[in-house]
Amino acid sequence: MTETTVVNAAPEQETYKKRGQGKEIWRRFRRSKSAMLGLFILLTLIFLAIFAGVLTPYDPTEPDVPMRLMKPFVDSAHILGTDELGRDIFTRLCYGARISLAVGLIAVSISLVGGITLGSLAGYYGGTLDNVIMRFVDILMAIPSILLNISIVAAMGQGLQNVMIAIGISSMPGYCRIMRASILSLKDQEFIEASKAAGASDFHIIVHHIIPNCLAPLIVQATLRVGGSILACASLSFIGVGIVPPTPEWGAMLSTGRDFLRDAPHLTTIPGITIMLAVLCMNFIGDGLRDALDPKLKN
Amino acid sequence: MLKYIGKRLLMLIPVLLGVTVIVFTLMYITPGDPVDALLGDSATAEAREMLREQLGLNGGYFERLFRYIGNLLHGDMGISYATKQPVFTRLLETFPNTFKLALLGVTFSVVFGLTVGTISAVKQYSIFDYVFTFICMIGNAMSSFWLGLLLLLTFCLKLRWFPASGFSSPKHWILPAFTVGFHSAANIARMTRSSMLEVIRADYITTARAKGQKELAIVIKHALKNALIPVVTTIGMQFGALIGGSVLVESIFVVPGVGKMMVDSIKSRDYPVVQGGVLAIAFFFCIVNLIVDVLYAYIDPRIKAQYK
Amino acid sequence: MSEDKLLEIKDLTVEYRTVDGVVHAVTDLNLSVGRGQTLGLVGETGAGKTTTVKSIMRILPDPPAKIVSGEILFEGEDLLKKPENHMREIRGEKISMIFQDPMTSLNPTIPVIDQIAEAIILHNKITKEESLTRAGDMLELVGIRRERGTDFPHQFSGGMKQRVVIAMALACNPQLLIADEPTTALDVTIQAQVLELMKDIIKTRDTSVIMITHDLGIVAEICDYVAIMYAGEVVEYGTLRQIFENPKHPYTIGLFGCIPDLYAEDTALIPIKGLMPDPVNLPGGCNFHPRCNHACEKCSLERPKMIEIEPGHFVNCHLMAKED
Repeated sequence: MTETTVVNAAPEQETYKKRGQGKEIWRRFRRSKSAMLGLFILLTLIFLAIFAGVLTPYDPTEPDVPMRLMKPFVDSAHILGTDELGRDIFTRLCYGARISLAVGLIAVSISLVGGITLGSLAGYYGGTLDNVIMRFVDILMAIPSILLNISIVAAMGQGLQNVMIAIGISSMPGYCRIMRASILSLKDQEFIEASKAAGASDFHIIVHHIIPNCLAPLIVQATLRVGGSILACASLSFIGVGIVPPTPEWGAMLSTGRDFLRDAPHLTTIPGITIMLAVLCMNFIGDGLRDALDPKLKN
Repeated sequence: MLKYIGKRLLMLIPVLLGVTVIVFTLMYITPGDPVDALLGDSATAEAREMLREQLGLNGGYFERLFRYIGNLLHGDMGISYATKQPVFTRLLETFPNTFKLALLGVTFSVVFGLTVGTISAVKQYSIFDYVFTFICMIGNAMSSFWLGLLLLLTFCLKLRWFPASGFSSPKHWILPAFTVGFHSAANIARMTRSSMLEVIRADYITTARAKGQKELAIVIKHALKNALIPVVTTIGMQFGALIGGSVLVESIFVVPGVGKMMVDSIKSRDYPVVQGGVLAIAFFFCIVNLIVDVLYAYIDPRIKAQYK
Repeated sequence: MSEDKLLEIKDLTVEYRTVDGVVHAVTDLNLSVGRGQTLGLVGETGAGKTTTVKSIMRILPDPPAKIVSGEILFEGEDLLKKPENHMREIRGEKISMIFQDPMTSLNPTIPVIDQIAEAIILHNKITKEESLTRAGDMLELVGIRRERGTDFPHQFSGGMKQRVVIAMALACNPQLLIADEPTTALDVTIQAQVLELMKDIIKTRDTSVIMITHDLGIVAEICDYVAIMYAGEVVEYGTLRQIFENPKHPYTIGLFGCIPDLYAEDTALIPIKGLMPDPVNLPGGCNFHPRCNHACEKCSLERPKMIEIEPGHFVNCHLMAKED
């Protein structure tokens, strides 16, 4: 069964390499329906986040008590209803998208940069440095991430910026391990030795030869972690240590909705669905990317 | 094998020490003086100093760190600011509940995950596969606190099938255990499915088939054990997420566990309790990881051989 | 073809249905193996050799593979029509297979002796202990000490693993043994040892063998009959002597041109130009015509038929028809 696949690989690939690679990945990505659905949801969320100010006439934090606890899909002025202070839920969701997407993006960037740096150093230089870094990573991994998040946020104080840093730090070990493992498997391959023999510096080798070769698992992990970060941020806000009210954060909205669970369940269900959709779309995209970047995995 | 376990136990010590140092440091740099919070502004300098000494808050960073670690070895984790009880005593009260919840949750998630993942892989592209792949995707994206609230809303408030609070009967544990385990169950199922799909395409499965072995026996005897190798790692990692998730779930279902205690303590800035809770759970997680690694070596003879 | 055939494949067509299109792995293939004979199945990677033999065992991955048409007669019965539970009784007992890569064809989590015993106990009504004893005998037959049976596959070298695989395949004394490039993944010195072992066993047991290889040297050493495959078809079939001394198909001739000859004065090898066609888009007509030096218009339009140019020597080429 392996025999048949090898035959036509050679002639196409050699002619257009660089331009064709991106196109080829996009072609494979597009073939996955769930990945395209994920991309659509993500673009919608980005659209809502950017144009939140234009799309709705309401302020996300200004109370409007007479209009409080309106049911969804009843009044076209408040399509998703209002919360316990009469604020429009749709408006708050749109503004909340800004926070969640920012947290997802920035927390992942922090952990990506930190993880790649530490992982490269550990994998490339080995020895004592490797030991020190990996033991540190082991220790971080021994603390369940939500507890680490709670501890860091408690130490640095609440607020968006600290939440991002906390989530960034606690998801760093994953990238660090991927990076180190990739480097260890690449380090002894001939093209690295050839580059070394040609007099390239360590930095040059890491940036130009090693990182491009372990990009695929890193990209996939990063995409999946965006969803995880959004979830982590919502969890922190839910237990009251994340983003402080009245900021319209999805998890915080859910948390306040708890007190009205019996009479106004939409205060919890709507932000809950939104969080789920956001995480789901990132997972779809991540899975799609994995299949597109590594066709070996998909038969 | 015993040697391997002993070696792993020794390796545990620096990790636990590291965890203690990190958690202690984070709590050390946490802003706000608990003495202020406890005594108010009007207290005399003398009274403040006394309380400081009583709570072990006097001295520099290293002095306090070493004292904390020293006390820890005697089972002394400090005193709760709020209730003035020793943290260790409170942990003894709450930890069994968290342990029970985690154990129920992990049992559910492993049983569900392995069964669903295996069937999905063997019957790839069947209705079963599609339905459960969808459920697992949802489960993966669903936050445990939201799931908990939904279950509470549906089964306790609307349908009244389950009691909303109290832990007198096994019935009370069903919803929290399901909530805490669902996310992990979904992940284990996904992992089992993909690992199984890879394994059932392996050459040695074809070999088994070429011997004339039955499909069911091939799956159980040949595929499952090999497919489990990466899954066991996932289970170990999921256990961490699961214990972490119990922090949220406990406060939704009002389970008197470590998680609920910690969340309550964060709100009242009762840091010794938070610190104790984080440490207890991290220690527990380390032991779980050790068990998982031993299990791993048991399943994969290649690993076992390294430690002979 | 004559009556004392153990296995006869008639017009077998197998396709792989993938997202990129239909892969024509095997098209209208005819082959036969007599009792006690050894057939060499020769061809490049991707010619459809493995697909053909896996069709015999009915262990093709379905999906994507699909046996579209044809018959596979084993002792006169069509294997393709057999229900799965009957097929299971044939696999391992009457027909067994040695796979290409011994590194991956043994289960890494089960001791090797248990893997051999599994094949024995499946087809014989004996106790577990008896099956283990017999598995131990098999290990000794292939030159491995009995005590090593409790070791796991990773504790063996490649050549030793292939010996285990051979022991496993022969455990039930099959009538037909299929060996799918049994030596390709091994070092050259080990190749010779394994080959020698196989030769001995084949001779003493009177087993029919299909030997897949792309090494004509192995063919010359072991086989009685040779079938040359190209792009899913048999292009030439005959006895060892007929093929080696009187190759007719341009592809077969080309294959021999690729072997270095120590005694020839002209040392340059003559490679066959071009690549194997993409099995999704076969060129049509004779599949070899884009690479054939003798191709004419007819070759690109019409599929050639098998022609018996001398008793037992078949060639699938328009050139042969012209000679008549």
